[in-house]
Amino acid sequence: MRYLLLIFAALMLSGQRDPILVPEISQHEVRVRQGFTGTELLLFGAILDPRGQRAGREYDIIVVLRGPSEPIRLREKERVGGIWMNTESSDFRSAPAFFAVASSRPIEEIVDTKTAAIYEFGTDYIQLSPSGVIDTDEQLRFSRGLVDLRTREGLYKQDMDGVTITEQVLYQSRISLPSNVVTGTYTAETFAVTRGRVIASAVTQVEVRKVGFERAVEVSAENYGLLYGLVAVFLSIFTGWLAGRLFAMV
Amino acid sequence: MDVYLPIANLSVNGLLIVALGGLTGILSGLFGVGGGFLTTPLLIFYGIPPTVAAASASTQVTGASVSGVIAQNSRGGVDFQMGAVLIAGGMVGAGLGAILFRFFQSVGQIDVVINILYVVMLGTIGAMMGREALQTLFRKDGEKPPPRRRRHHPLVTALPLRYRFYRSGLYISPLAPLLLGLAVGTLTMLMGVGGGFILVPALLYILGMSANVVVGTSLFNILFVTIATTIMHSLTTKAVDMVLVALLLIGSVTGAQIGTKLAFQVKPEILRLVLAALVLSIAFVMLFKLGVRPDEVYTVQLLENV
Repeated sequence: MRYLLLIFAALMLSGQRDPILVPEISQHEVRVRQGFTGTELLLFGAILDPRGQRAGREYDIIVVLRGPSEPIRLREKERVGGIWMNTESSDFRSAPAFFAVASSRPIEEIVDTKTAAIYEFGTDYIQLSPSGVIDTDEQLRFSRGLVDLRTREGLYKQDMDGVTITEQVLYQSRISLPSNVVTGTYTAETFAVTRGRVIASAVTQVEVRKVGFERAVEVSAENYGLLYGLVAVFLSIFTGWLAGRLFAMV
Repeated sequence: MDVYLPIANLSVNGLLIVALGGLTGILSGLFGVGGGFLTTPLLIFYGIPPTVAAASASTQVTGASVSGVIAQNSRGGVDFQMGAVLIAGGMVGAGLGAILFRFFQSVGQIDVVINILYVVMLGTIGAMMGREALQTLFRKDGEKPPPRRRRHHPLVTALPLRYRFYRSGLYISPLAPLLLGLAVGTLTMLMGVGGGFILVPALLYILGMSANVVVGTSLFNILFVTIATTIMHSLTTKAVDMVLVALLLIGSVTGAQIGTKLAFQVKPEILRLVLAALVLSIAFVMLFKLGVRPDEVYTVQLLENV
């Protein structure tokens, strides 16, 4: 039903010629629980011609998966009197906790830099909304620093060969989430591009959340600090005492 | 074996963490120190966020010191009066430490502060212990140890309100152990250490306490101060990772028992020399890390959602 509506809406909006994207994702919920070492999401779907035939034209597909945005402060270390310590910092109002772009061809072959910047096609184009007065060069240095840091943590990535298109109809892309992902709502946007122009786009969502014991631990640490602390203390004392007892018997 | 740590938000090799706990446990059994001074830096090297490492390490030290206190108490090795005064100071110290922790965190200097504290504290204590152990080792047989000129530090005698601590064999002002407890409590909160490696020499050389109650009283103090810091961390930084603590505990309580058994088979001077070498090498590694360009020049701090 949802797809029908989507197709209908797309038809109404896009006129006759532009194709419709029908995106789907392998799982709409990622459960973070014991033993979670990351997961791989399969983002796939179809490109349809409004007349119901296959699209027939040359398309490129770009998939952007982004995690929840967080306000962050980025600090930069500098050498002061022989030791490395944090000196300058810059705030970003909306740094995505996770950002991945996959495309069927290198982005620069698909769109120009202006379009890429508008749609955030690439880790260089993430809109981080820096705040506070800070000059452009410095802002660029901090943005690059953040992207570089998170790229090496596996949280920001781009794969220029990450989307495969079959028969001009089906596309699929695999994006892996590392174990250090933040929980929250992730949005997967799919764009169809032809001749440098975005002609169709569609959005799906993935919920990443902790479940079971892991969630209980996190929630109680956040909301019942005192009780959580007492339980932790009890756990330590009991283990220490038990070990003493067990070893005394040996 | 991958284990997901819900507070640290990452997945670690569980066996490695247990082994790390085991190593610190053996040390604590051998030397009568909590071993937190080793756990925290090693956890940070492994990639655990520094705050989570410090908070969880102090919880682990609680477990490691419980069996020590029980064992020491059974042979009358704990001066509860002295312990109570130290603890009173320690609680205030933990509160002070929490305020300092928050402050340094908000200005982004907590990592540097922790590092410098490690270098200074470990460097000083390591050098002192090493020198003393070497002197004892190379003293010829039959030669008597040089006579101690004074029992306690002149500053201690200068303090008012003297009180008799029977088990420690001391007649000193309770203000001295109170201040000592305060300092150790602050360090515990900031560095995620029990403070045994600071407290033991301080009780011996500054207060002049009888040697047979030093380790027990120190452990007794550490037990309560680490309990307080765990609660304090749970209330302020919310960085105690229960799963990480459990893994460390499994290793450390087992290691502590092994260490205690080993301790009877080695000469105490050699033990102290080894501990001194270990403490000094950690201090040097930390000093080196302060001076070289870090792997990550940039660090991210989450701001509160407004």
